[in-house]
Amino acid sequence: MIPLSAYTAVSAVLFMTGILGVLVRRNFIIVLMSVEIMMNAANINLVAFSHYLESMAGQLVALFIIAIAAGEAAVGLAIIIVVFRGKISTNVDEMNLLKW
Amino acid sequence: MVGMFFTYFALVSIAAGVLTVTLRHPVHCALSLLVLLMHVSGLFILLNAEFLWAVQVIVYVGAILVLYLFVLMLMNLKTDERYFHPSALYILGPAVLGAGYVLYLLLRSPFGGAKGDTPATAVLQEGDTYAVGITMFSDHLLQFEIVGIFLLGAIIGAIVLAKAPKPLDTERERL
Repeated sequence: MIPLSAYTAVSAVLFMTGILGVLVRRNFIIVLMSVEIMMNAANINLVAFSHYLESMAGQLVALFIIAIAAGEAAVGLAIIIVVFRGKISTNVDEMNLLKW
Repeated sequence: MVGMFFTYFALVSIAAGVLTVTLRHPVHCALSLLVLLMHVSGLFILLNAEFLWAVQVIVYVGAILVLYLFVLMLMNLKTDERYFHPSALYILGPAVLGAGYVLYLLLRSPFGGAKGDTPATAVLQEGDTYAVGITMFSDHLLQFEIVGIFLLGAIIGAIVLAKAPKPLDTERERL
């Protein structure tokens, strides 16, 4: 029997990896991929707690997170396409159009 | 046996996550993200959540990741030399420290709590899809509808954003 803390540890490591990716990488698409990693870490946590605390609510919330990830990917990639069409660059630190 | 599978899925998913963040070429990053998603779905199987396993494979791997790969192929990115943010080294140290502290807290906490109404034996008897369906369409119906509206808004927003801007004044100038 695997303890619950093993699942939470895996999820924490994945979440930290995602945060590092968001902070460190310069390519906008890879920043979005790191957000997907973070959502997967949250999903592992929710499903593990749902299994060990014997309630289905965690799996439901994980399903909704997957749906929200789909919407976020669609809108984020549309934004990337718009930016790329204008500036031919997907680096995060070169996108400063809205900064003042 | 279950412990062996858990170790395999956990180690490979962490390794694939680290590769997703550190690899240079964006297509390689997307492919290691694929490995990560498949192994996370394996973790779902170990937790008796086979409906979520199917949703993970179909929606994440089949739809979201293919969308990412399409955009990557469409834009034909060239990999630049300095692909990390300039202040990456300043972030790395505190992040590793914080991760270690969080892991220490997680591994020594007992995680007790009030049990819900769906034990693992009931899930195994009826199937996870049945349990998820009953719960979704009784207790979480409002959230389900909200997610539907959200997806409609996301589709419309993506279409509006990514549509090619119409050249406005060419017709008028010609006339």
